[in-house]
Amino acid sequence: MTDLNYDKSLHLKELIPQSAIDEIEQWILKYPAERKRPPIMPALKVVQEHNGNYLTTEMMQAVAEYLDVPHVAVYEVATFYTMFNLNEMGKHVLSVCTNLSCSLRGSDKVVEHLQNRLNIKLGETTKDGVFTIKEVECMAACGGAPMLEVDKVYHENLTEEKIDKILSDIAAQHMPAKEEDNNGK
Amino acid sequence: MANEVCFRTLDLETPWSLEAYESVGGYSSLRKIIAGELDHEKIIDELKLSALRGRGGAGFPTGLKWSFMPRNMPGQKYVVCNSDEGEPGTFKDRDILRFNPHQLIEGMAIAGYVMNATVGYNYMRGEFYEPFDRMEQALKEARSKNLIGDNILGSDFCFELHNHLGGGAYICGEETALIESLEGKKGQPRFKPPFPANYGVFGRPTNVNNTESYASVPAILENGGQWFLDLGKPNNGGTKIFSVSGHVTNPGNFEINLGTPFKDLLEMAGGMLAGNQLKAVIPGGSSSPILPAEVMMELTMDYDAIGKAGSMLGSGAVMVIDESVCMVELAARTAHFYYEESCGQCSPCREGTGWMSRVIHRILEGEGKPEDIDNLDRVAGNIMGRTICALGDAAAMPIKGFLKNYRHEFEYMIEHKRSMVKG
Repeated sequence: MTDLNYDKSLHLKELIPQSAIDEIEQWILKYPAERKRPPIMPALKVVQEHNGNYLTTEMMQAVAEYLDVPHVAVYEVATFYTMFNLNEMGKHVLSVCTNLSCSLRGSDKVVEHLQNRLNIKLGETTKDGVFTIKEVECMAACGGAPMLEVDKVYHENLTEEKIDKILSDIAAQHMPAKEEDNNGK
Repeated sequence: MANEVCFRTLDLETPWSLEAYESVGGYSSLRKIIAGELDHEKIIDELKLSALRGRGGAGFPTGLKWSFMPRNMPGQKYVVCNSDEGEPGTFKDRDILRFNPHQLIEGMAIAGYVMNATVGYNYMRGEFYEPFDRMEQALKEARSKNLIGDNILGSDFCFELHNHLGGGAYICGEETALIESLEGKKGQPRFKPPFPANYGVFGRPTNVNNTESYASVPAILENGGQWFLDLGKPNNGGTKIFSVSGHVTNPGNFEINLGTPFKDLLEMAGGMLAGNQLKAVIPGGSSSPILPAEVMMELTMDYDAIGKAGSMLGSGAVMVIDESVCMVELAARTAHFYYEESCGQCSPCREGTGWMSRVIHRILEGEGKPEDIDNLDRVAGNIMGRTICALGDAAAMPIKGFLKNYRHEFEYMIEHKRSMVKG
């Protein structure tokens, strides 16, 4: 890194696919050209999505270099906002709201059921790396309380049956591929 | 009666489409502006007459706010929409974004015209992926019809609108924190003054309104300020969307006239869940002090009535609570929320929210001391009015409300080490 003329955008380009770079470029266009910081948040989101739901220091630095902002400008955003995960996460993040409206409608039972079914506690990831469950604050869907978010999708009016269905649908996506191969043969 | 303003497309097929919106009169105000039939002074006059007040929670008169923008100041100006809906219990803006996005677009374009701002940002909370897609789709439609973009409908009026997504921080619902966040920084509120109207996003004059406020504007201009005022009551014009949640049979959004009795709203929501007894209501989001059932049942739903009763209408998030709920538990969850969401900038809030949360949780765990109640009240009092932004007050007010109305439940738990309600 002693060469001061190296292309600062290269690092990020090595870490994420071109489609993700294009996505970041689309965001950059929304803000005044002389402003370098506004795309930090959208860029981090894109990068996080391409890295299995979490950010590493290397990735944050690569984003900083790509946008030509100080590293710390990216660190402070990544540590301030709750949607950025700085530790390894499961392939699917289940964010359970336990705020007032959800707690009035039984979010404690949702948490209990998830913990029992997955055999982990809030904030933990299953051993197979498929599920993380996370407690979050109000997500503006209180009319459908209790609710949870699976990756980018809200699930409302939860019941134990609905939760079981969500879990089994996700688990089915992560079945070992062998089975399918055997059937094919 | 209901769904006349922001939700007026709700009963149509694909309510979010341009076709649906135009079929109820949408974009006619923007067309009038372009045709030179409606100028900025007239628009502000109508808004002032309508008594539209900020729908995000503060209730500041929208017309007055718009008049503060230095429209003739040279250089870039911005209009920003606060769709960072995060006040616990509130879920109305999400439905405007999902089901009537064009009305927000038109409202923001009109604001852009009035304030000479050619760029707008719609800041949506980070989890709003579905509303984001709807908004993007609507913008695409509006652009294709030249209702947004350069030289709108052949005029010299240009207005570009961008959708932005946040990153998960309640504090960004505070307008100066939202501005900081939009600039790509931590969402920590700024000192005021200078106000955003003079020094807002990117250091330029900026008008920030809530989603529902902007979306109310086209309907007001179509029907006149007087029409809107008459829907509500003096100083509380128009309709308001109430997000009703908690122990009701049919939770949901209800866009009804301001001044509607609470008991009618409760009935619209299907009444109490399982026929239980109403114990209390949090009338305007978790920042508003809780009110006991007997007070609530006599109130009308408007800024002045709820304010007079010692709480606030806030964002219109009505949380209905039945007799099974332990108020110490509810207070603990409330305190925890503000502790989590304090941005850490001002000591009274950063330290005070932690103290309040820890003391209430201590009571909940049976470790409470008799002096804890007065201490809680004192800590809350020491936060209020001593912070840069309103989060400090928002954290303190509900705790004071719980103590004022349900002090006996706290005392009982401290003395008996168990809940008065749950045993």
